[in-house]
Amino acid sequence: MARLQLPVLRPLRRVLARLGGAVFVLWAVASVTFFAVRLIPGDPAQAVLGGPGSQASAEALASVNAEYGFDQPVIVQYFAQLGRLATGDLGRSYSLNLNVGPLVLSQLGGTLLLAVLALALAWLLALALATWSTQSGRIASRVGSALEIVAAALPHFWLATSLIVVFSIWLGVLPPISTGGALGLVLPVLTLAIPLAGFLGQIMRESLLRALESPFVLSARARGESERGVRWIHALRHASLPAISLSGWAFGSLISGAVVVETIFARPGLGRTLLNAVTLRDVPVVIGVVMIVAVAYILMTLLTDAVSRLVDPRLRLS
Amino acid sequence: MGEEVALRVRNLRVGFGMADPVVRGVSFEIAPGECLAIVGESGSGKSVTARSLLGLAGSNARVSADRLELVGHSVLGLTEPAWQARRGKDVGLVLQDALVSLDPLRPIGREIADSLRLHTGLGASARAARVLELLDAVGLPDPEMQVQKLSGQLSGGERQRALIAAAIALNPPLLIADEPTTALDVTVQAQILALLERITGAGTALLLISHDLAVVSRIAHRVAVMHDGVLVETGRTERVLGSPGHQQTRRMVAAIPADKPRGTRLSAADTPDPPSIPSTPRRPDTAIDSVPEIPPNNTVVLEAIGLSKSFRRPDGTRQLAVDTVSFALPRGSTLGIVGESGSGKTTTARLLLALLTPEHGEVRVFGQPWSTASEKTRRALRPGVGAIYQDALGSFDPRWSVAEILSDALGLGRQRRAPQTTARLTTLLDEVGLAATVLPRRPLELSGGQRQRVGIARALAGKPQILICDEPVSSLDVTVQAQVLDLLDDLQRERGLSLVFISHDLGVVAHVSDQIAVMRAGRSVELGPAARVFAEPQHPYSAQLLAAVPRLSV
Repeated sequence: MARLQLPVLRPLRRVLARLGGAVFVLWAVASVTFFAVRLIPGDPAQAVLGGPGSQASAEALASVNAEYGFDQPVIVQYFAQLGRLATGDLGRSYSLNLNVGPLVLSQLGGTLLLAVLALALAWLLALALATWSTQSGRIASRVGSALEIVAAALPHFWLATSLIVVFSIWLGVLPPISTGGALGLVLPVLTLAIPLAGFLGQIMRESLLRALESPFVLSARARGESERGVRWIHALRHASLPAISLSGWAFGSLISGAVVVETIFARPGLGRTLLNAVTLRDVPVVIGVVMIVAVAYILMTLLTDAVSRLVDPRLRLS
Repeated sequence: MGEEVALRVRNLRVGFGMADPVVRGVSFEIAPGECLAIVGESGSGKSVTARSLLGLAGSNARVSADRLELVGHSVLGLTEPAWQARRGKDVGLVLQDALVSLDPLRPIGREIADSLRLHTGLGASARAARVLELLDAVGLPDPEMQVQKLSGQLSGGERQRALIAAAIALNPPLLIADEPTTALDVTVQAQILALLERITGAGTALLLISHDLAVVSRIAHRVAVMHDGVLVETGRTERVLGSPGHQQTRRMVAAIPADKPRGTRLSAADTPDPPSIPSTPRRPDTAIDSVPEIPPNNTVVLEAIGLSKSFRRPDGTRQLAVDTVSFALPRGSTLGIVGESGSGKTTTARLLLALLTPEHGEVRVFGQPWSTASEKTRRALRPGVGAIYQDALGSFDPRWSVAEILSDALGLGRQRRAPQTTARLTTLLDEVGLAATVLPRRPLELSGGQRQRVGIARALAGKPQILICDEPVSSLDVTVQAQVLDLLDDLQRERGLSLVFISHDLGVVAHVSDQIAVMRAGRSVELGPAARVFAEPQHPYSAQLLAAVPRLSV
């Protein structure tokens, strides 16, 4: 009996472990965000009543303090917040007087689109650069490596402004701010994709070179495999493995990059929502955005794990 | 006449970039069904020669020859697509370790079917059927089960068989095997050699590349000895090994430890007639026929009493790595522990060094508790127990110079250039036969033999009475191995060291040991005087190991 259950139990145990890990991450994210937002100077009740400039009366402040529980000790507020989060209640925005859940979800689509497109483009650019620079001689290899280092070092804000100057102001071919159409996506996606492509390209090129020098590639060549066959059947598969594992992390960095990019290109999305909420000390929105991003990040990590297992059959063995 | 050779090479020269050629005018030919072995030390140019025959010497290689003919066709200056059409069809290649020579991400069935896909018009089901035939032909049981497996799921011998199957998929008239058995245990090595012999028996010409004369002497019809890019001697195997003409051949023949009595020098390169010149016997009782169980008047310095240790497998069950192992090591003697990979040798070494704690049993050193003592107590005794490892390079901090490594081992920290430190370092290096010029170098800048000597010097720094040597010569060339074995022998004689010598190579163990313990699956299946175990093994497994030991078959 026990033997029959074992093959079923093992994946189940893995899923449970993952789920436990995810819950832990969400708890940690919620806690850190809760206390970090406390460190922003200013009175939360003021924030509810329209910020420091609103000159709210003492009674109004007191009633807000009582209503929102701001007069309670921080630790009580913390557990109350956790309790609400556990039931899926993200609360109400202080500044917009809207429910945070629907608000955040309505902004999620735009940011996700941006991040997914940027990730896909970064992969394409990195693959092209790595493949070209490893097969076109020594100079190509130097150029490729230099391009990767420069690209990986570019800050988003500088790249965004430079792209606007070149494509919108000089050439006038692309809109400097997002107008909702597909054209408006080009510059934001490029801004996010180029540094990531440099980073992924460095990793891919290194593992591609290592794979090309390995004995199994020599064996394949000795069987009469062509250069293209060696690359597509053997080397690129090995080269993509570390880049796949890092894509989960890369996705997280794309979403944080979206804060800058959405602000510069005036695109609606989670990034801008988050920035506004932090400026206005809108705690529920900040926590809501951070939680959604954490969930997306966890899902992306699970996805990269699944893709890794697909590409690397060794991971499916034990 | 010309059609009768599978491969003809005349004056082959290979160089890289601007540097001097590494292969300098090599000529040989191989007939169908013949096995020619090219034997040489690492760096002699033998692998480069082999790869040039497939057009795979590398993109920056300059290959030239008067003639280079594969089954009657010149392959000089072939274009890459023309080479691709020949590789796998006219010539197959088998490399050393199949764990890395087969793509670890692809099932072996796919790898084996590659040549069929590339060179024949066979459909998928015909290819699959042929793969099963091939796996059966190379002696892999249960072919249907194996085709789906990854190379990492197979044992070393199974992998090597799969790799050979991939190379002979199209029955190429020439098969090149570059160190095909080097990473394998002796018994598996013997099986793979038998398989290669069967393939040549069927009419395939085999070019065998190896550093080990004893291995190739089993199946090679002719031997060519390569040294510094030149074939210094070529001839029938019996002739070359029986009466070697060139000094390099003599050195390599003399370096083979199997069947040489304890105390025989292996690295007497400069003597004209090196085989079996015994150096002055260290003790009368080390003569091959009179080793007593325990030499009299000798105290036991290291004792293992019923040691057991298990590890957790990935699925949660426990595997017994060492199972009730006991022995006693008298002062000044050598205990050889021999067994195949996975037999528990290294775990035993770690238990003896108290790097692992046994679950049952006890280790005693100098008659005092060792494995049961606290690390604090042990630390005072640790200088008395030295260790030498197989991977000398990996056991050093790559950023440290030899001077730093040794002064650290002497307990002086990494401080440099105090005159008395340098003096002590020089003495230490002198004992292991190294000049003081290596002091400023880093491990990567040393040769394999020099690294192992530094490793031994480091072990000697604490003035140990016991040395635990875990595969100390396994990654070395035969002639370098011979020098290191001789060095250990000298040190033992001069310092009265007691050695535990662990190796998978029964030939080496038999040469250095007074007592031998044969390990299998964690158990010590036989323990006795070396000469007795070698001459009349009691356990069938010892006999099997012994039969597989490569020795000169002349």
